Amino acid sequence: MAVEMLSYIDRKSPIHELTGVTKLICFIIWSSAAMLTYDTRILAFLFIFSIVIFLISKIKLKEISFILIFILVFLLLNNIAIYVFSPQEGVKIYGTSHVLFEIFGRHNVTIEQIFYQINITLKYFTVIPVALLFIATTHPSEFAASMNRIGVSYRISYAVALALRYIPDVQRDFRNIALSQQARGIDMSSKEKLPKRIKNATSIIIPLILSSLEKIDTISNAMELRGFGKNKKRTWYSARPFQKRDYLTLIAFALLFVISMVVTYYDGDRFYNPFV
Amino acid sequence: MFKKLFSIKTIVAIGIGAAVFIILAKFASIPSPIPNTSIQTSYAFLALMAIVFGPIAGGLIGLIGHALNDAISYGSVWWSWVVVSMIVGFLIGLVAKKIDIESGDFSKKKIITFNITQVLAQAIGWLLIAPLLDILIYAEPANKVFAQGFFAVVSNIVTVGVIGTILLIAYAKTRSKSNSLHREL
Amino acid sequence: MKKPVIEFHNYSFKYNSQVEPTLRDLNFTIYEGEKVLIVGPSGSGKSTIGHCINGLVPFSFKGEVTGSLKILGKEAKSLDIFSLSKMVGTVLQDPDGQFIGLTVGEDIAFALENDCTEQQAMHGIVDEVAKMVEMDGYLTSSIHHLSGGQKQRVSLAGVLVDKVGILLFDEPLANLDPATGKYAIELIDRIQKETNTTVVIIEHRLEDVLHCPVDRIIVIDDGRVVADMSPDRLLASKYLEKSYIREPLYVKAAKYAGCEIMEEMKPAHPSTFALDGCRDQLLTWVEAVDIVPSSEKREPILELKDISFSYEPGRETIHDVSFSIEKGEMVSIVGKNGAGKSTLSKIICGFEKLSSGQILFDGHDITHDTIKERSLRIGMVMQNPNHMISKNMIFDEVALGLVIRGVPEEEVKERVETTLKICGLYPFRNWPISALSFGQKKRVTIASILVLEPEVIILDEPTAGQDLRHYTEIMEFLVELNRQGKTIVMITHDMHLMLEYTPRAIVIKGGRKIADDSAAAILTDSRIIQQANLKETSLFELAKRLEIGEPRRFVERFIAYDREVRNIWQ
Ligand SMILES: Nc1ncnc2c1ncn2[C@@H]1O[C@H](COP(=O)(O)OP(=O)(O)OP(=O)(O)O)[C@@H](O)[C@H]1O
Ligand SMILES: Nc1ncnc2c1ncn2[C@@H]1O[C@H](COP(=O)(O)OP(=O)(O)OP(=O)(O)O)[C@@H](O)[C@H]1O
Ligand SMILES: [Mg+2]
Ligand SMILES: [Mg+2]
Repeated sequence: MAVEMLSYIDRKSPIHELTGVTKLICFIIWSSAAMLTYDTRILAFLFIFSIVIFLISKIKLKEISFILIFILVFLLLNNIAIYVFSPQEGVKIYGTSHVLFEIFGRHNVTIEQIFYQINITLKYFTVIPVALLFIATTHPSEFAASMNRIGVSYRISYAVALALRYIPDVQRDFRNIALSQQARGIDMSSKEKLPKRIKNATSIIIPLILSSLEKIDTISNAMELRGFGKNKKRTWYSARPFQKRDYLTLIAFALLFVISMVVTYYDGDRFYNPFV
Repeated sequence: MFKKLFSIKTIVAIGIGAAVFIILAKFASIPSPIPNTSIQTSYAFLALMAIVFGPIAGGLIGLIGHALNDAISYGSVWWSWVVVSMIVGFLIGLVAKKIDIESGDFSKKKIITFNITQVLAQAIGWLLIAPLLDILIYAEPANKVFAQGFFAVVSNIVTVGVIGTILLIAYAKTRSKSNSLHREL
Repeated sequence: MKKPVIEFHNYSFKYNSQVEPTLRDLNFTIYEGEKVLIVGPSGSGKSTIGHCINGLVPFSFKGEVTGSLKILGKEAKSLDIFSLSKMVGTVLQDPDGQFIGLTVGEDIAFALENDCTEQQAMHGIVDEVAKMVEMDGYLTSSIHHLSGGQKQRVSLAGVLVDKVGILLFDEPLANLDPATGKYAIELIDRIQKETNTTVVIIEHRLEDVLHCPVDRIIVIDDGRVVADMSPDRLLASKYLEKSYIREPLYVKAAKYAGCEIMEEMKPAHPSTFALDGCRDQLLTWVEAVDIVPSSEKREPILELKDISFSYEPGRETIHDVSFSIEKGEMVSIVGKNGAGKSTLSKIICGFEKLSSGQILFDGHDITHDTIKERSLRIGMVMQNPNHMISKNMIFDEVALGLVIRGVPEEEVKERVETTLKICGLYPFRNWPISALSFGQKKRVTIASILVLEPEVIILDEPTAGQDLRHYTEIMEFLVELNRQGKTIVMITHDMHLMLEYTPRAIVIKGGRKIADDSAAAILTDSRIIQQANLKETSLFELAKRLEIGEPRRFVERFIAYDREVRNIWQ
């Protein structure tokens, strides 16, 4: 049952010291850049840069390896799927066809296809280290405050805070319900056959959901009693004030974004084409 | 106006709903042979929440739940699919008033309304919006993303149709009618 | 003239789903700066009264209100819940609803954040209040990692930041160990004196609340006020007995001995209690004691051998615990909040996997058995009822285990109904669980295990939040099961329960077993009492004041007599 999740990793590093707001904005800038561009040079540069940031953060590879493996497997499967469904996509995009070898029918291997798939993978790769870092270096308490700071309504920000706050609780409930069901005779261990286990597992979902709905009542009562939502604004205990390094980081990221957009689009195409 | 739309109950429903959505997605989903997709019981839950708390809550539970789940389990967010979760939650929520599950009555007619809505909502989401966004953002091949969308729509429609309906029936039963409880000796 | 702050006038309330009103024709007034205790049987409407005061009735719990309720002179109906939250600070009964913030600091600051307090000022106030409840070292700790007693302090701090005029506590002592409970009462007392607030406490543990002086006690039974008077007068009356509320033990002992208690004797606190008039009666009463013969040695049914366990790597919660429980025994497990008692019970049932050690059942190794396999012989009632309930309806919840085991329908019905009667839930059998009071919910979970009649039953705080009548019914049923040869293990903070029902007790401290002896021996060992946050009962104190050489004899005499009296209720 203990599935590992990515969460805040406490450490002293320049990245940790930035406010959550800065990191959130940088994360958004970064993802937009990576989303818009398909220019291999930019992607490669962003990727290398993100590795550098990762090193600065002092997060160890070991601490997030479980997620990396997951992502690598996903990317591999995704690449296979792209090839199976559309082996000529690269040729279509780049307009040339350098065949390396044939397999059968449409399924030959072209340099263009390989290049295209490398680009797709690179595109995912550029976002991953930054996204991982954003989650691993931002304390969840600061998260809601940051969203509110960049203009999201505090009510919605607080909903996100509640979600983060209650994931471990719901996980524990899920476990408790599973356990207490088992303690009254439902077998969910590996000693029971698979189809029966699946059926039994569904018997946990309903109580989990119904008890969560009840929890919604209890918690909204408690929040109401302590005056949530009475004003148009609210302040945050765990928000952190902006410092010089925050401004500098923001300026650097904004510049990075502009440069990468200019380089990408100045020839009017989001793809970098080495074949013509 | 805003305050009305986002009552404390709605906010808590969004927060807890997103947390439950994540836990269901992680622990109660069955992997499928097509990459990037799996049979998700969490969508049945999303449908329930949309019917109980309305379109805004439905949409935001889809958005926040899916985005956070992507973030904590894969380390990054697949926005194209996240947006779809939001749209599906929102669209299903549009019939919340009509179904009025709080009344404790979830008759055959309402079951049909619910299912037509969920089929339409999911078809729009998975067959139209998800593939389009994938092509726009990631420039992925069209036939691959449509195949993925097709699988997602079939499995999710079945899951929501079966499990979602069961959940709604169970929920309707918990709504005790007024003046119905008395001590029986 | 004192200023009234809470005024109920011909007030009634009916929950929408109910046919009958839950509160009927309430008339009472609470004045500024008073400290009032509300007692009453489980399900009598105490929490509902609390909800009327803080505004959850009728804003969140819908229903019909008649009559009038004024808070600080204003009609409650005319106020919104925000203005009410400025006047009343509430600590709720349900532990799941109490914490909103992720960390201790954030949770304490929650109300300040909503008030748009400047961040710096906010940190100042939080630090100050945290110091007041002695939680200043934990501001960045996650709420999940606190023990029961620490959580209670944080929830107190959360309402204290808001300089409210009225503080409302719904069962603040449930789940606290005796020493922490005493501390919590002293803390509430100190805060009341420092801030001159009006305090309303709802509690079953009357004697523990009276540790610090209370101005008035209001007794609620079946939604009505049956008594509203000073503690001294109430203890001299018969109202508590009539509503099945546990009286302080020293008062009960004096009553049993035939003394007439009068208001002037100041019975509200054992140290002020004027004994002179009835010393002789008590001394003669104690003479007529027949000590229960100790039972012979039997073969062990459950053996734990060198059990160790940790929730997180690197931090062991249970260290090398070994003990053996004999067939047909009744044993208590006691100890401080966070000592690892609940954890131990979860290990026995297989909910948590031990890191080293061995568990034997009837001589067979069950260390690697699944939860289901163990559940056929060992039943467990968990501490928090919310963690066990999985059905909507009471009947279905209690029947669940039997249905899974394929017991024929007829038999299921019969067994469930019998168990529901024992637990005082039969009149509610067709209700949804969501319409029950907290104590009633706990009883549902007890019923759902009792109905299975396992060979060994483990109960985690079975009597927390129960009134004396339900307590007696449940405990006597356990004794009956015990006579039939079932083994009973109880985790409890109630020292008198331990003395009364379990000849033997195991004491856990910091995940280690520090004592395993007769219950009476443990409660006379001041070193263990101090280490494990236990407490002597007031009977010991009374015996000392009477200069009875052997306080234990006095206690035993009391228990034997008390059991007999209460047996008549059945
Ligand atoms: N949400 C609800 N809907 C309908 N009925 C309710 C609801 N909450 C409580 N009741 C009913 O009101 C009665 C009183 O409940 P309340 O919670 O006030 O009891 P209590 O005195 O606090 O008991 P306990 O000591 O067990 O906490 C109960 O018998 C219950 O059936
Ligand atoms: N799920 C968990 N994850 C991590 N730590 C836990 C968990 N449950 C309990 N603990 C920790 O283990 C220790 C023992 O907890 P446990 O619940 O067994 O105490 P207890 O003796 O039952 O206390 P109480 O009298 O307050 O119920 C505590 O320090 C607690 O913080
Ligand atoms: Mg109560
Ligand atoms: Mg415990």
